[in-house]
Amino acid sequence: MSNNQQIIISGLGGQGVLFITKLLAGAAMADNLPVLTSETHGMAQRGGNVISYLKIGEFSGPLIRPATADALIALKPESFAHHSYFLKPGGLAVVNSPNPVEDDRYRVCCGDATALAEKAGNVRSENVAMLGFFLGAMKNDTHIFSPDSLARMIKEKFQAKPAVAENVLNLLGSGMQLFEKR
Amino acid sequence: MNTKRLILGNEALAYGLLKNGCQMACAYPGTPSSEILSAVVSLKKEMDLDIHAQWAVNEKVAFETAYAGAQAGLRTAVAMKQVGLNVAADPLMSSVYLGVKGGFLVISADDPGPHSSQTEQDSRLMAVMAKLPVLDPDSPGQAAELAGIAFELSEAFEIPVMLRPTTRVCHSRQSMDVEKIEMTRREAAFDKNPGRWAATPKFRLQLHKELEAKLTKIADYEPTRPRLVSGTAKGCGQAIVVAGVAAANARDIIKERSLDIPVYQVVQPFPLHKEFIRQMNAYDEILVLEETWGVIEMQLADKNRVKGKNTGFISPVGELLPENVEERICAFAGVDYQAPQITMLPGRRPTLCAGCPHRASFYAIKKAAPKGIFTSDIGCYTLGCNLGAVDTVTCMGAGISQAAGFTIAYAKNEKQPPVFSTIGDSTFFHSGIPGLIETVTKKIPFVLVILDNRTTAMTGHQPTPASGRDASGDSCIAVNIPAIVKGCGVNFIKIADPYDLPAFIDILKEAKAYCKENGPAVVIAEHPCLLDMDRAELKASFKKVIVNKDICDGCGYCVSHFECPALGLNNDTEQVCIDPGLCTGCAVCSFVCPKDALVLENQE
Ligand code: SF4
Ligand code: SF4
Repeated sequence: MSNNQQIIISGLGGQGVLFITKLLAGAAMADNLPVLTSETHGMAQRGGNVISYLKIGEFSGPLIRPATADALIALKPESFAHHSYFLKPGGLAVVNSPNPVEDDRYRVCCGDATALAEKAGNVRSENVAMLGFFLGAMKNDTHIFSPDSLARMIKEKFQAKPAVAENVLNLLGSGMQLFEKR
Repeated sequence: MNTKRLILGNEALAYGLLKNGCQMACAYPGTPSSEILSAVVSLKKEMDLDIHAQWAVNEKVAFETAYAGAQAGLRTAVAMKQVGLNVAADPLMSSVYLGVKGGFLVISADDPGPHSSQTEQDSRLMAVMAKLPVLDPDSPGQAAELAGIAFELSEAFEIPVMLRPTTRVCHSRQSMDVEKIEMTRREAAFDKNPGRWAATPKFRLQLHKELEAKLTKIADYEPTRPRLVSGTAKGCGQAIVVAGVAAANARDIIKERSLDIPVYQVVQPFPLHKEFIRQMNAYDEILVLEETWGVIEMQLADKNRVKGKNTGFISPVGELLPENVEERICAFAGVDYQAPQITMLPGRRPTLCAGCPHRASFYAIKKAAPKGIFTSDIGCYTLGCNLGAVDTVTCMGAGISQAAGFTIAYAKNEKQPPVFSTIGDSTFFHSGIPGLIETVTKKIPFVLVILDNRTTAMTGHQPTPASGRDASGDSCIAVNIPAIVKGCGVNFIKIADPYDLPAFIDILKEAKAYCKENGPAVVIAEHPCLLDMDRAELKASFKKVIVNKDICDGCGYCVSHFECPALGLNNDTEQVCIDPGLCTGCAVCSFVCPKDALVLENQE
């Protein structure tokens, strides 16, 4: 198990790519690991393809080179098509998709986070469901992203809105279960 | 106490400014620089600092305001994006001659790529032209560090100093220590000296001489000297010179590949240190990695030994990505490099938000003048090009003067196409007003549509002079757009909500007819940006549109001509469907379907 992690989070503008990037970064910081991220601002945020880079460990540069990422979180099936080239051979991809996505170069796991979010009555929160799904998938790869420290951050973030925190935590949990039940 | 935070490069810059006693910060928003001033405001509130933060009407105003503070002895800063520096070029050139008393930082954020800009211009070249020192940080952490060094440098030589981050510094986050800032305020003390501060051309010559003397000394300034960041100095063979984000990427790659080549990081690309230029002369081959033009490269003495942007070894176009850095370092060092297989797919084009009032305005313009020429400007509404309602985008404020130019160009043709210009509220204040005045005096027959959504949406919703709130969110005097338009001498001014599409189209037609004989007609499209409205407001005004399944034949007109992201064609039913997750209930599409298949729920 390595403490150096390079992760790509990819989606469309407005899907909350940044939100989950910050949560994952926060979890690593809680472990006192150095963190670098890089994000998309400006025009592309209006519904274009957006990407976040998350690097944990001893790095200087903020971007991730093609074929070096440990994992990819794809918030749309098309996000996988666009950005899977960042993954190293055998890297983990979690894809928000109702249908299976095949690619034998990588370990691909699909889950329908959108349906999960819809069921919870919050279509905008598919990012959180996907984050839960990712936590489930990463469990055996690294200890960095502990569900407990994420839960702590979410509670802190929504201190003033306990109902929202509750919702987000539930979705995170059902995302993790979605992975287990695959 | 754990003081570690994950902070954005722009926040790190703000922290660096305030930690080093900056008392006035002014800016005009522009990606990738916008978060600098917002971060100044949040730190000011969080740490209870008694400082001034201001969104100015444009970069020139921001520059001059902050500069005066430095003339009065305070530490001050101005922030903008690279093309904003073009707007502020006039005060930049002059202020470098006059110099400063308090430290003065000019932050100009470059956008190699370009990700969100019209050009990939290198602000460091602007620094060469203006003759002021420029510092080039490689990370959020270094940006904060260099802010302090820059203030020292500025005060040591009484000269403005440029800080030039790039997108990957501005929009990267790094875990960093953030401590409480204790500020010791300076009193403003302007020392009157017209011979200097209001120098006539004769004295400017003298100032220019003094400036050259300063630059010679700055090229020897200890704290900004190039740093050996990897390997040992050899004095022969190969060396690599790096700056900005390329420096961060190169360090990772040199380490990973354990290359034994000395790597020097230049933090002050101009003026390049004299001693360093001598030192480099000892190497047989030098690779220079910098963005976006070869500014360091051009100052090295023997060009034949140098490989970089100017010699064509590195592409002068586009961003220097880490994979490019790796490939070029390998080629330079003569080691193997296996390029990974990449299949680039065309990305999704950005589009106006579902329910964006601009979409309604553009659709109306196309209806009112199907054969028109449509000049436009910089902002979210540039995306009106997707709707075929934006033909030109040049630079801030250009749409109005270009509209004039087109009508003049066509004046002697047999037929004159109608000319419509669109400009956002913030851009109108920034640089639209002079152009409008000009069209009044020349009686230019065109229609100007001011897209007033009460905010600077594209860059993150900064206030405009019409918003009635300042950078800190406190209320302030709101300037009235119609009054300005009237003051410019325009006699046709109509204000309307583009959500009421049929009425809005009628007004545009009326304006079109009016301008032919009488000169400019102005229509102000008033509707707030949706991202600025709170949920309750949106909910209250939500109008549910449904697809009448008996009528919709799946012609796709609304999808292609109105392209609201909430509208899609369902391949199974061959009818249009509305995505409930995206639809904001603006109901504008109900006017768009030529067959009336999109109807308000309670009117079916
Ligand atoms: S952010 Fe506001 S102005 Fe920009 S596209 Fe969305 S609704 Fe329109
Ligand atoms: S009402 Fe129509 S135009 Fe407005 S957001 Fe919904 S689908 Fe789009």
